Amino acid sequence: MSTTDEIAETRRQIVLGFQDAEDLGAPDLPTEPVPLNMGPSHPAMHGTVRMVLEVEGERISSADIQIGYLHRCFEKESENATWTQIFPYTDRLNYISPMLNNVGYAMAVEQLLDIDKKIPERAQFIRVIVGEVSRISDHLTCLGASAMELGAFTVFLYALKAREWLFELLEEVCGARLTSTYCRIGGVAYDLPEGFDAKLRDILARTRVVLDDIGKLLERNRIFRDRMDGIGIITQADALAYGITGPVGRSTGLAYDVRKDHPYLVYDRFDFDVPVGSVGDNFDRYAVRVEEIQQSMRILDQALATIPAGPVMLPDPRVSLPPKSETYNSIEAMIAHFKLIMDGIHVPPGEVYSFTEAGNGELGFYIVSDGTGRPWKCRVRPPCFPATAVLGKVLPGLFIADVVPTFGMINMIGGECDR
Amino acid sequence: MAQIVLDRLAGQFRGGEILETGSQHGNEWARVRRDAWIAVATFLRDDPATKMEMFIDLTCVDRFSTEPRFDVVLHIYSVSLKHRVRLYGGCPENDPTIDSLCGVWEGANWFEREAYDLYGVRFKGHPDLRRILMYPEFVGHPLRKDYPKEKRQPLVRRSQTEQGE
Amino acid sequence: MGFLDFATTKVEAAANWARKYSLFQYPFVTACCGMEFMSVAAPKYDIARFGAEFPRFSPRQADLLIIVGTITERQGPALRRIYEQMCEPKWVVAFGVCASTGGFYQNYSTMPGADQAIPVDVYIPGCPPRPEQVLDGLILLQERIQRGEGHNQIVIANEQAALAAKKKGIAYDVPAAAIRPRVEASKG
Repeated sequence: MSTTDEIAETRRQIVLGFQDAEDLGAPDLPTEPVPLNMGPSHPAMHGTVRMVLEVEGERISSADIQIGYLHRCFEKESENATWTQIFPYTDRLNYISPMLNNVGYAMAVEQLLDIDKKIPERAQFIRVIVGEVSRISDHLTCLGASAMELGAFTVFLYALKAREWLFELLEEVCGARLTSTYCRIGGVAYDLPEGFDAKLRDILARTRVVLDDIGKLLERNRIFRDRMDGIGIITQADALAYGITGPVGRSTGLAYDVRKDHPYLVYDRFDFDVPVGSVGDNFDRYAVRVEEIQQSMRILDQALATIPAGPVMLPDPRVSLPPKSETYNSIEAMIAHFKLIMDGIHVPPGEVYSFTEAGNGELGFYIVSDGTGRPWKCRVRPPCFPATAVLGKVLPGLFIADVVPTFGMINMIGGECDR
Repeated sequence: MAQIVLDRLAGQFRGGEILETGSQHGNEWARVRRDAWIAVATFLRDDPATKMEMFIDLTCVDRFSTEPRFDVVLHIYSVSLKHRVRLYGGCPENDPTIDSLCGVWEGANWFEREAYDLYGVRFKGHPDLRRILMYPEFVGHPLRKDYPKEKRQPLVRRSQTEQGE
Repeated sequence: MGFLDFATTKVEAAANWARKYSLFQYPFVTACCGMEFMSVAAPKYDIARFGAEFPRFSPRQADLLIIVGTITERQGPALRRIYEQMCEPKWVVAFGVCASTGGFYQNYSTMPGADQAIPVDVYIPGCPPRPEQVLDGLILLQERIQRGEGHNQIVIANEQAALAAKKKGIAYDVPAAAIRPRVEASKG
């Protein structure tokens, strides 16, 4: 029999069910690499990225990840804006947890001004509270969107239902559901509204129920587990070499969380655990995120119980605007207000790298000041940038269908990766 | 906090490779001579007293009126010893090149592509130095101080289409 | 003649009624507005009750292109290609200020509004717009569709009128507002 006849006979045997395809070994079929383009607009609603894959059959042989489709020039805009005007731009970095970006940037500028230890305690508690609320919202969106891409539409609707409650709460605090611009240099813009405590506790209780429902739908679901277990494994060595932190880094076994290792604000007063994975596959990343939501809720319970009363803004005339009653009634306050708005806060010359734990990992702000009211350079070190870079190493060898959950669980946010 | 790093650097490199060191706002930093860039990075990664296995960030600062004009800034961190350091490698305007750190930490790849894209600093030995955030047809390096913020180079505009729209 | 016009108008009205209540959306999601788009699709602000339920992730199967979020210059050719791949009649909604005018981004990479690349029917401002604003914009679009005043609908109507005039042997002058003269630009 010639080879073609043998192959045809093999196929016939397999189709008829007489033989298992695996027993016979792969038949010698000719393949050629095919370039396949995914993006820049594709259904996985994770910002825009273009992946140029080379596939042989269904297996990817090489992947070129092309980002930059959402480059909105955060750094260049920052160089032309005053220190306080940069807060809206920071909102739109990791846009599903905007408060965490606000907090990170405010802390960086405060370090340059040497007022970071003097922020009022209530303001620090509020920053922690809204930061953790944002983190929960971030993880819920990631889980919901990734599950939807695998076909679990109900999980998406449940997660968004919970996220909606958090958005309404944030709207009561600062006026905007998503892009909050809530922090200021020296504290936060407004105090928490009345009834915030009770509302947040109620929402946390309901969110725990939602998380429970999501877990019941996904964790022992055969299809979900098959698509997530053992897929997209990132090794701990890669996490170190690429600088991958956050849930993705911790899923590889790297136990690094900025809140524990270099506590900032008032995180050292709270008792919480940091979930660390072992395998580094997609399911580990999912499990780490679910557990992080639980731990964030633990932090929130403790913060709400111990938040002190007091001012929410450092009353330092170099950084904070005078109260409105004085601005309208005294000339000194009006001029101080005018100078702060028009010139910007005068930050002494210097450079600082300040880092916090954002939704995706270590969010760093490297700020260079030349002494004027506008930064010389304001760089964001994005946590999902190296995680997206490592995909070029992780994807080859996977099926095309594995790209969807792997990319989803990396949680690449276009606004942060491209800035 | 990370004074040990600066001490080890001063102890190991006595030939003038470390131009300047300092500590500001809790960040320790060292200015490195351009030709010793890879040697210092490799030493910091492998030395048991510093053990900086984790690559954090690589970027560039355009000093504009002072020489060297482009400062390549590297942040690295040690997860085991919990200290970090910032290294500066200055490149003059007429020769904005420096060695690539892709051989020391793989993750430097995309960060160096970004520094090349936005500032024009070329990294010698980089496996794939091309633009990452801007499109290939873009001319110039936009984050340089002499590139105007609003100078657009559009790829497509309605007036160029054939249809009646 | 009168009766035929009456019948055509009634058929057209019925067709537009069907089109407006069964929009197949192609959400061209890029940035933060995508989160509010998800909220609009979520149970609380349900866009499904307006008929625009399930996103069709292929331009060939969609008739409403919703541009959600900032369009950068790099994204321009992709956006143009997707618009051209859609079948007629098609409508475009710019969701958010970045898609409408560029938002507060005025720099070398942001396209100052998606209408630099493709014609837009309804602009929904907001950064990001509240879901109620989005639904308001959708209703505005639906009214436009019913009146036959979407960009693409006007183009189709003019093409059909030109064809009908040609059949009758009458010269038909396309109104300048509908089709912009391109001859000068292509020669330049």
